[in-house]
Amino acid sequence: MTTLIKPPSEYRRVTTSLLTISGLTKAYPGVVANDDVSFDIAPGEVHALLGENGAGKSTLVKMIYGLVKPDSGRMELHDKAFTPPEPRAARAAGVAMVFQHFSLFDALSVAENVALGMENPPRLRDLAGQIRRVSETYGLPLDPHRMVGDLSAGERQRVEIIRCLLQDPQLLIMDEPTSVLTPQEVDILFETLRKLTAEGVAILYISHKLEEIRALCDRATILRQGRNVGTCIPRDTSARDMAQMMVGSSFEAPTRETRTAGAVALDVTGLSLPAPSAFGTPLRNIHLSLREGEILGIGGVAGNGQDELLAALSGEARSPARSIALRERPIGRLGPTARRRMGLLTAPEERLGHAAAPDMSLTENALLTGADRENLLTRGFIRWRAARAFATRVIDRFDVRTPGADTAARALSGGNLQKFVIGREVLQRPEVLVVNQPTWGVDAAAAAAIRQALLDLAAHGSAILCISQDLDELMEISDRFAALNEGRLSAALPTHGLSLEEIGLMMGGAHGMEVAHG
Amino acid sequence: MDLGSINPVLLLASLMVAATPILIAALGELVAERAGVLNLGVEGMMITGAICGFAAAVNTGSPLVGFIAAALGGAGLSLLFAFLTQIALANQVASGLALTLFGLGLSALLGQGYQGIKPPPTGKLDIPLLGDIPGLGPVLFGHDIMVYFGLGLCAAVWGMLKYTRAGLILRAVGENHDAAHALGYKVVRVRILAILFGGACAGLGGAYISLIRVPQWTEGMTAGAGWIALALVVFASWKAGRVLLGAWLFGGVTVLQLNLQAAGSALPVEYLSMSPYLITILVLVIMSADKPRAPASLGRIFHASQ
Repeated sequence: MTTLIKPPSEYRRVTTSLLTISGLTKAYPGVVANDDVSFDIAPGEVHALLGENGAGKSTLVKMIYGLVKPDSGRMELHDKAFTPPEPRAARAAGVAMVFQHFSLFDALSVAENVALGMENPPRLRDLAGQIRRVSETYGLPLDPHRMVGDLSAGERQRVEIIRCLLQDPQLLIMDEPTSVLTPQEVDILFETLRKLTAEGVAILYISHKLEEIRALCDRATILRQGRNVGTCIPRDTSARDMAQMMVGSSFEAPTRETRTAGAVALDVTGLSLPAPSAFGTPLRNIHLSLREGEILGIGGVAGNGQDELLAALSGEARSPARSIALRERPIGRLGPTARRRMGLLTAPEERLGHAAAPDMSLTENALLTGADRENLLTRGFIRWRAARAFATRVIDRFDVRTPGADTAARALSGGNLQKFVIGREVLQRPEVLVVNQPTWGVDAAAAAAIRQALLDLAAHGSAILCISQDLDELMEISDRFAALNEGRLSAALPTHGLSLEEIGLMMGGAHGMEVAHG
Repeated sequence: MDLGSINPVLLLASLMVAATPILIAALGELVAERAGVLNLGVEGMMITGAICGFAAAVNTGSPLVGFIAAALGGAGLSLLFAFLTQIALANQVASGLALTLFGLGLSALLGQGYQGIKPPPTGKLDIPLLGDIPGLGPVLFGHDIMVYFGLGLCAAVWGMLKYTRAGLILRAVGENHDAAHALGYKVVRVRILAILFGGACAGLGGAYISLIRVPQWTEGMTAGAGWIALALVVFASWKAGRVLLGAWLFGGVTVLQLNLQAAGSALPVEYLSMSPYLITILVLVIMSADKPRAPASLGRIFHASQ
């Protein structure tokens, strides 16, 4: 199987090429984002750009889209030199892009958002008609007059795609398009993309989800540390081989021991909370119970109440006393410190600014959540030596790559900081640990280490609630699975034997789109 | 107290005059804030406009030249703010406060020698037939040109933001500057233009006070009008129509309390003097109860990194 992955030099160019990239290099102070990258895209092809976070995928497409100027190298579109000075020029040449973090405006309507992405938009009234027409042609139902802030993540993506389609693109760049979609929505998206390629549109598809790429893409170019390390035909290459190309070495997949669930550690009954902000999600009548030694996975598309649920469990949002019970003691009214003292620890999704204070050192950050349980204070005074020892212990045990415990949290890479904030909670021996997106934006090796730490913790009898949008992760580590959809939590089912389709339905299906491709 | 001495027609007519300076200044700030810039220097730009306009009008004898000079003066001062916040990426709150203090000092310096002088009068529009309608005539049609300019500006700002592509881009920049940048819009350029517009409007508002409303030059004569204009924008939920209502309300209560003072009200003068501020804020707070949303990028520093 590995023979199918060839180094770029041996790769033969296809005869007709839409976009040819040769020797593209871009360096930022301290890091070479792209180093001599070459590949080409044929019309009507779905070409995958594979790589870990920080491999240089985003920089590469930003150069194609005219947002970043390359230091050296050449791009050719239709065999003519292509050097877009700004996105406008790229769009005019037929290159369109759907962004990973949507480039949408919450307070504007769908039609206004679409108009902003066009060079010469028609009057808004005519544009609304065009949006309706395109959305029907490609099975992407959308009301042009709705506020974008009120749309679901899947609908927001449709706005971006339609904005691109209205310009008749020849090359559509999609940056991690499925990270916010339910499995059903992914199917619908893929069908739309296949319709487009049938019309001759080429698609440059950025992702690190290997099975998805195997299902959709004709060819894949793999980037590692800014270099093109190979091109392959995804259908004929195993996911494992591609993963090793991406990472550059093999790593151990987490292993789990069989374990038996103990007494109920955390009990949530009828928890309802109003939305904390205009675009937040209210929690609606949530019931769950979590046993010792168990990992409960909570899936769902982003923005369906994940952050709100974590806030309610951590104590950042208070609730009626009896709606949350820790070992049968009501804790709904208690704040985070009191809950930590009782053994309920949490690690939120946002690393910088929520889980860790960016400009404070790792020692100070360790102190912030560990002060009580690790006994780092005497009569209100900080025991710096003990605090530093605790931080160092986290750094050693979780292989956090940093010059030392005095480094500011901001200076760490995402993966290293994530290992630190998870390790900080794990080493405090929680009775209940609640984590949100524990491996978000973390490279594969670090993600495996974090998952292993969670499994080990559960094996020692802690109860773990893992909120995540990565279904593979939840399937891998959790004993039971439940999904959040519009602030409601489904009943929890045993993970073993759960099909992807069932999970998709628990996550809310395709938000009223089942008939779209009928 | 003799309430009979208060003439409702005169009251309404002078309401329009009292409302004009804060209306114009607030519209300028509204445009800046919709582009995502929080410029707390309105008071400083107003008073700078007031003395620039006054000096130019006195020296040339033309109020029109005075108003042009006022707009240029306000815009010039705002250029300093634009440089600090958009190029040097300084904090907008601190820069705005500094701009107000600087403007107050600068205007006092420029104004030396202009105290106690009368500026050339700005003529009232005399519309022959309409102005003679009893009641309605004096209220609506007997004013100087700047009152109508303020109303026209309000309509223009509303229409620009709602119906034009330029307005859409301006709102997009204020709503999500990263997304606007990703789509290829020039965030910094749009913001600098919005800041300059805000400065020019503040200058015009200030000159209205020194050339028409008072009309003479005294140090610190804007007396907090810039701050009221700022508050007006927020409590009007960043909507041009509500800014107009707020300005009229403020102007109306100001004129009314002056009339009440003259009529010998039993209420202490201090309470009457504070009433326009209290009542305007109170009414606008109640009006903005329907989920007001600030432009999402308001006050945030934009840097096109990567």
